[in-house]
Amino acid sequence: MVESKSKVNVVMMKKLLIFTLVMFVFGYALVPFYEKFCEVTGINNLLQPDVRTKETRVDEGRWITVEFDANTRGLPWQFRPLQTSARIHPGEPVNVMYEIVNNSDREINGQAIPSYSPRFLDKYLKKFECFCFTKQVLEPNETRQMPVQFVIEPSLPADIHTVTISYTFFELPDGASPAKK
Amino acid sequence: MAAVHGDAHGHGHDDHHPSGIMRWVTTTNHKDIGTMYLWFSFAMFLVGGTLAMGIRAELYQPGIQILQPELFNQFTTLHGLIMVFGAIMPAFVGFANWQVPMMIGAPDMAFARMNNWSFWLLPVAATLLVSSFFVPGGAAAGGWTFYPPLSTQGGLGVDLMIFSVHILGASSIMGSINIITTILNMRAPGMTMMKMPMFVWTWLITAYLLVLVMPVLAGVVTMLLTDRHFGTSFFNAAGGGDPVMFQHIFWFFGHPEVYIMILPSFGIVSEVIPTFSRKPLFGYSSMVYATASIAILSCVVWAHHMFTAGMPTVGQLFFMYATMLIAVPTGVKVFNWTATMWRGSMTFETPMLFAIGFIFLFVIGGFSGVICAIVPIDIQVQDTYYVIAHFHYVLVSGSLFALFAGAYYWIPKWTGRMYNETLGKWHFWLSMFFFNMTFFVQHFLGLAGMPRRIPDYNLQFADFNMISSLGAFGFGLTQLLFLYIMINCIRSGEKAPQMPWDGATTLEWTHLPTPAPYHSFEKPPIVK
Repeated sequence: MVESKSKVNVVMMKKLLIFTLVMFVFGYALVPFYEKFCEVTGINNLLQPDVRTKETRVDEGRWITVEFDANTRGLPWQFRPLQTSARIHPGEPVNVMYEIVNNSDREINGQAIPSYSPRFLDKYLKKFECFCFTKQVLEPNETRQMPVQFVIEPSLPADIHTVTISYTFFELPDGASPAKK
Repeated sequence: MAAVHGDAHGHGHDDHHPSGIMRWVTTTNHKDIGTMYLWFSFAMFLVGGTLAMGIRAELYQPGIQILQPELFNQFTTLHGLIMVFGAIMPAFVGFANWQVPMMIGAPDMAFARMNNWSFWLLPVAATLLVSSFFVPGGAAAGGWTFYPPLSTQGGLGVDLMIFSVHILGASSIMGSINIITTILNMRAPGMTMMKMPMFVWTWLITAYLLVLVMPVLAGVVTMLLTDRHFGTSFFNAAGGGDPVMFQHIFWFFGHPEVYIMILPSFGIVSEVIPTFSRKPLFGYSSMVYATASIAILSCVVWAHHMFTAGMPTVGQLFFMYATMLIAVPTGVKVFNWTATMWRGSMTFETPMLFAIGFIFLFVIGGFSGVICAIVPIDIQVQDTYYVIAHFHYVLVSGSLFALFAGAYYWIPKWTGRMYNETLGKWHFWLSMFFFNMTFFVQHFLGLAGMPRRIPDYNLQFADFNMISSLGAFGFGLTQLLFLYIMINCIRSGEKAPQMPWDGATTLEWTHLPTPAPYHSFEKPPIVK
C-alpha cells in the first residue's frame, strides 16, 4: 500500500512537471501570439504598409505643415531627409526622399523605427511605402536614397496645423530578425 | 521519500536525527523545513524592512539627504523584490509545511527530499539578490517589476537579480508540486476534499496558481537575459521587439502573483476567526468556490496594471470590468467572516486581533483597489503614492497581518509554549497604529500627485511625508517586539495547555499532543 502510494505521488509529480514545462513554453508562445494579435487588430502596425484606398478626398481648403526628422542611434550612418518640411493639403499623396550614408568600412544592418507627433497621428497617417518596412543593409561607404509615400487623412482634427514624422535608425545585431517580415 | 517514511511506519521509528547544523542541512522533516522557511522569511523581512527604513528616512524631508537617487532606486527595487519573493511567499510556504500535513492527517510532505532542496535554494537566491548591492553599478534599480528598457540596460546587478528570480521560481514550483501532491494524495481516510480545512483549500489553489504562472515568469526573465547578452530582441524596438509586450507577459504572472500572496492569508484568517468565535466557519463551501473564482479571475485581469501603457478602449473596458468582478467573491469571503463572528462567543486573543485587523484593513485596501480599477481614475493615480497605499494595505495589513495571526495561533502547537499575551496585544495595537500612520496619509499624497520611486518631492507634500516616515520607523521597531515575543516564547514561554484555544476543531489540535511530536500521524487518523 505504501509502495503504491509513493508511485501515485511520483505520477502526480510528473504530471505537474510537464504542466510546468508547458507553461514555460506558453510564456514564449505569448510572443508570436502578441504579434499576431497586434497585427490582426491593427494595434501596432507602424511598420507595415497601409492598403491604398481608391480615392481619398483632398481637402483643399486646409494646409498642414509636415516636418521631417531623422536620427541615428548607435551606428555610424548619416541619415537625413532631402527636404525638412512640406506644406500639403490633407488627403493629398506626398512623396519625400531620405538619404542614408554608411560612413564606416563595414557592412551594417539598420532598422528605422518611426515616431510621430502628435502621438495619435498614426491613426490618420496612411503609409504606402517606407524604408522602415524592411531592414536596410548598407555596404561600406554606400549611399542610398529611399522614398516615403503617405497620405494624411482629411479627418485629422482641425486644430492640428503642424505634424512631425521622425525616424530613428538602430543597428540590428547579426542574427537578429528584422522588424517585420 | 514517502517510502522511507513508510518503512518507519512498518518498523516503528525513533526521534533520533543528526544534531547541530547538519540536522537543519539534511532534514527532510516537514516541521524542521517549515521552521527554516519561517526563520528565513523573517530574516528577509528584516532586510527588506531595513531598506524600507532607508526609503522613508530619505523621504522624511524634501531634498536629497541620505540616499543618492541611484541608491534610492536600488532600495525601492530591492525592497519590493525581497518582500515579495523573500519574505511573504516563503513565509506562507513555511506555514504550509508545518500545517498542511498535520491538518490533513499526513505523516509528512509527499516528497520530503525535494522539500529540503526547495528550501535550500532560497538562501542561495537571497545571497545573489542582496550581494548585488556590492557589485559595480549596484543592484537592479528599475523597480521590482523590472520593465525594459531600464532592465535591459542595467549592470551586473540586473543579471544577479535575474538569476535570483530563476532560483526563487524553481523553489516555488518545487514547493507547489509538493503541496499539491500532498493535499491530493495523502489525506487521511475520511478527509474528503470538502472536509479539508480552509487553510488547506486556499493553499491547494495557490499552489496551482504558482505552477501556472511561475514558469511564465521564468520565461520572461530568460527573455530579458537573452536580450541583454545573446542578441535577441524580444523587448528591443529597434530589433523588432516590443517593450510593452514585456509588461503583458510580466503581469500575466504578476497579477496571479498578488493572489498567491493573499489566498493563503485568507486561509489562515478562516481558521482563526471560527476558533475565537467558537462557531464553525460560516458558508464553508461558498468560501471554497469564492477562492477558486478569485484564482480564475486573477488570470484575466493583468492589463489593469497597464492602463496608461496604450491599449484600445475595448481592452480597457474589459480589464476594468473583469477587475471589478473580483470584488464579488472577495466580498463573499468578507461577509462570511463577519457572519462567522456574528453572535459567536468571541474572545480577543492576539491571533484574533490580527485576524480582525486583517479584515478591517484588507477591506480598505480592497476598496482602493476597486477605485484603481476604474480606468479614468487609474490614469490619474498611476505610479503615484495612491497605488503604494493601496498595495501596502493588501500586502502588509493583508498578508503580513494574517501571517502574524497564524504565528500567534499556531506557536503553542509548534513549541508547546505560550507567547506573552500582553506583549502580543501590544504588538498588535502598535502595528495597527503605526501601519495606518504610515500608509493612510499616502492616499492623500497620491491623490495630490506625488509620484512613486522618486527620492525628492515638492514642498507641498512635506507634512504628510514626515508623518508617514515617523509611522514607518514606529512600525519597523514594533516588528522587533514580535521577534522578542517569539524568541521569548520559544525559550522561556509558559507551558502551553493541551488545548490552548478551546474553539479549535482542526486535526492538529484535536488529534495531536501539544507540542506536536517530531513525527506525527504515522498512523493516519480516521476522519468522520
